[in-house]
Amino acid sequence: MSGGVDSAVAAARAVEAGHEVVGVHLALSRSPAQQRTGSRGCCSVEDAADARRSADVIGIPFYVWDLAERFQADVVDDFVASYAAGRTPNPCVRCNERIKFSALLDRALALGFDAVATGHWARVEHGEDGPTLYRAADPAKDQSYVLASVPPQRLAHVVLPLGRVASKSGLREEAHERGLAVASKPDSHDICFVPDGDTAAWLTRRLGEAPGPVVDTDGTEVGRHGGTHRFTVGQRRGLQLDRPAVDGAPRYVLSISPATRTVTVGGAEDLLVEEVVGDHAVWHGVVPAAGTEVAMQVRAHAVAVAATLHVDGARVRLRPAEPLASVAAGQTVALYAGDRVIGAVRAA
Amino acid sequence: MYLDHAATTPVRPAAVDVWRVVTLAGANPSSLHGPGRSARRVLEESRETLARALGVGPSEVVMTAGGTEADNLGVKGLFAARRRQDPRRTRVLASPLEHHAVLDCVEWLEAEQGAQVVWLPVDERGTVDVAATRVLLAHDPDGIALLTCMWANNEVGTVQPVAELVEVAHAHGVPVHVDAVQAVGWLPATAGSLGADTVAISGHKLGAPVGSGALLVRRGVALEAVVHGGGQERGVRSGTVDTAAAAALAVAVAEAVAEQPEQAPRVAALRDRLAAGLAALDPTAVLRGADPAVALDRPGARLPGNLHVTFTGCEGDSLLYLFDHEGIAVSTGSACRAGVPEPSHVLFAMGVGEVEARGALRFSFGRTSTDADVDRVLEVLPRVLRRARAAAARVAGVVRVAS
Repeated sequence: MSGGVDSAVAAARAVEAGHEVVGVHLALSRSPAQQRTGSRGCCSVEDAADARRSADVIGIPFYVWDLAERFQADVVDDFVASYAAGRTPNPCVRCNERIKFSALLDRALALGFDAVATGHWARVEHGEDGPTLYRAADPAKDQSYVLASVPPQRLAHVVLPLGRVASKSGLREEAHERGLAVASKPDSHDICFVPDGDTAAWLTRRLGEAPGPVVDTDGTEVGRHGGTHRFTVGQRRGLQLDRPAVDGAPRYVLSISPATRTVTVGGAEDLLVEEVVGDHAVWHGVVPAAGTEVAMQVRAHAVAVAATLHVDGARVRLRPAEPLASVAAGQTVALYAGDRVIGAVRAA
Repeated sequence: MYLDHAATTPVRPAAVDVWRVVTLAGANPSSLHGPGRSARRVLEESRETLARALGVGPSEVVMTAGGTEADNLGVKGLFAARRRQDPRRTRVLASPLEHHAVLDCVEWLEAEQGAQVVWLPVDERGTVDVAATRVLLAHDPDGIALLTCMWANNEVGTVQPVAELVEVAHAHGVPVHVDAVQAVGWLPATAGSLGADTVAISGHKLGAPVGSGALLVRRGVALEAVVHGGGQERGVRSGTVDTAAAAALAVAVAEAVAEQPEQAPRVAALRDRLAAGLAALDPTAVLRGADPAVALDRPGARLPGNLHVTFTGCEGDSLLYLFDHEGIAVSTGSACRAGVPEPSHVLFAMGVGEVEARGALRFSFGRTSTDADVDRVLEVLPRVLRRARAAAARVAGVVRVAS
């Protein structure tokens, strides 16, 4: 229970479904702020207190579990290391893989619980052949993307009570009717461990300034930058180039090389790729046959696009039907058959 | 089943009765009219009752809204008064085992008021070393503002050699603050017999309501106010005195002190039976703190109701959850921050490592504890330990995949 409305309603619904439910708030920082700031939705003492109040109203026991060390090592340090290596990590995906459905689930199972229930907007159905993950009923809120890389043997112990909720406004209404004070608490958007939402500045404090050139596709220097960790492939804003492109069109980050501290930029057409290669594959069900038609989604709120899939040993090759803007290394690519999640890979 | 009496203990019916009557009467003891005089009479009679039970004079009792406030007044008030008398007095000698109510005052004095803190050495059982303290006091005693040491520790139950510390401190003209919150009602000596300059008392640890407390201030001791205002309580603790809380505190302290000769051995026997049972069920469990066999009037004694154990290979908060699930209320002993037990500064001061300290659990008995409590803990302990250890092993055993 993060202290937000989603997990509070999820807990209430789990109780109503007849489960014996215990509320757990994860302490993910050793020195939490007293009060919530900006659009962060968890991790302050105030958020923990909100979660506790919700548990009281629902009528379930409540505990805070300290997973700060694991979170630091597996999510925060990994986040910094990924940027340092020129990749673009997805900390929410990582937290689900390593914390919520790993450290938390392991501890819960050992303590005698059967499953972890969360307020994620996605649907999981538990059949004889194992769990099946689907998109949420509300496409605007769907979070199946951040759960796609949770392996099926872990998903088997996951309960998602919000999978069929029609809309966020309906959920807030339900929370209000249940007497939950968090009913109108604002949604969270930012990365929970970056206090002011300024990821570039936060990374610079940890990685230091490492100035280098911004070059065009022909190698011409068109600007300078303070560190490659400030960039992600496909980024258009904040490039601060000295010279506009000859054709006056916007330029995008095409590639990042931390070794030479070089950021290469180019036009939108230079960004297009005909193939995305991924690794760290997780499959929900059988490994798809070569040539399987899938829908691939490259960001949490991107539109999924049609693609053909080929598994090539540990690598997965995805050929989108139309050329696709390049995917930053490190990003999760979730794979769907209709509304069903069939797997996930990490862009290489 | 409630085995967390060191956190708070059930309110005594007699304390509730007097609190209700006085609260309903509802008058300000500083008012000059009839109702005010009635309240004043209740307040002063309560002060006399408290003084008698604690072995001090009535004029030496300052009512506060609890133990933390009493500790703040004692530590900060002594420091300010001593430095006003002589600006060279900036050193504070403090036991590292103190409750946060004292610890954080001392650290605040260091951060904001120019104090230098000298931490007193302690042994592995959690006892302050008197001989070492004597040496520290002898070094430039004119620069020492005060010494502070609790009477008995809230986590591991060690009774401190406070009377000896007071004697050596006074030999150098250094005043002593004592946090007696855990000790009153459980030890045969009176608080007054310690000879300390200020002594903090908390109501809710002995059956008075939360929000009642007192600071005993020895006659002639200079103390600066911390809370300023109307000048109540000899000008050192402003704010309308809560007469009902004072009356309830007096009743509870008098009962606790009167019952001590009978309750202390009874509760110690329960504690000893649980300790023996734990040792039989889990030979790797380590009893932390003082030896329970030492008599309560001897140096190195242990609070009768305190049992503090570190279990190997599991986390205290898993144990707490599993006991709670079985309907047994226990504590990890250390302070909480946002619901997470902090690593215990007390165990660290005793030389216990971080991994061992994580497996800490405190059982604390009180006057309502019975043999049935001990039976129930021993009944559920094997499965609680099995599950807590499995949880620790699973979490620690997760393979980290390099990315």
